[in-house]
Amino acid sequence: MPTIRERMERKLTDAFAPVTLEIKDDSHKHAGHADRIAALKDQGRGEGHAPIDGGGETHFRVAIVSDAFEGKSRVQRQRMVFDTLKEELQERIHALQLKTMTPEEARTE
Amino acid sequence: MTDNPAFQQIQNDIDTNDVVVFMKGTSQFPQCGFSAAVVQVLNHFGVPFKDVNVLASDDMRQGIKDFSNWPTIPQLYVKGEFVGGCDIVREMAANGELQQMLKDKGVMTAA
Repeated sequence: MPTIRERMERKLTDAFAPVTLEIKDDSHKHAGHADRIAALKDQGRGEGHAPIDGGGETHFRVAIVSDAFEGKSRVQRQRMVFDTLKEELQERIHALQLKTMTPEEARTE
Repeated sequence: MTDNPAFQQIQNDIDTNDVVVFMKGTSQFPQCGFSAAVVQVLNHFGVPFKDVNVLASDDMRQGIKDFSNWPTIPQLYVKGEFVGGCDIVREMAANGELQQMLKDKGVMTAA
């Protein structure tokens, strides 16, 4: 079975034909979340949250440079990415930090 | 539009407050680093805002995602308009767009 990261990479590549695509897994930085989420679960409020099975792949940072973002607002760009990763967001991803740039913007950054 | 009971409250919150942050925890005690970052930006510019703790109810937690069609929290609203999440707020603050927008909308008076 492909990992979440592999799935993200494939879907983002298909959807945006990116000039560059960077996917970083930050899950280890958020290990402390597990305790809080477990506490919420004890209160019967943990539903709908990303799993805390220790498998990681819950917090990602993604940077995409693509022509597809040309003429789109920040909100539109992020929605495009969210739509592409809809399943992964529902299944597993708890936090997704996004940087979305056109090649032109990436050059002048 | 929907039967989610949180929608009415969300609409009311963004109608009656110029600046609203839907966040995990409160502005005093954020429960998530991304929520804390948005609070920090607004405090930095001295912008008063209403904080809505989405962890206080499951309806609200899911409701705000459906309401905005945005899958993550925090979410910033200014004058009833969705601005974005943490990444967007930080980017806009870094290049001055956020300050300009807050001034244009009359919610930030300081220089």
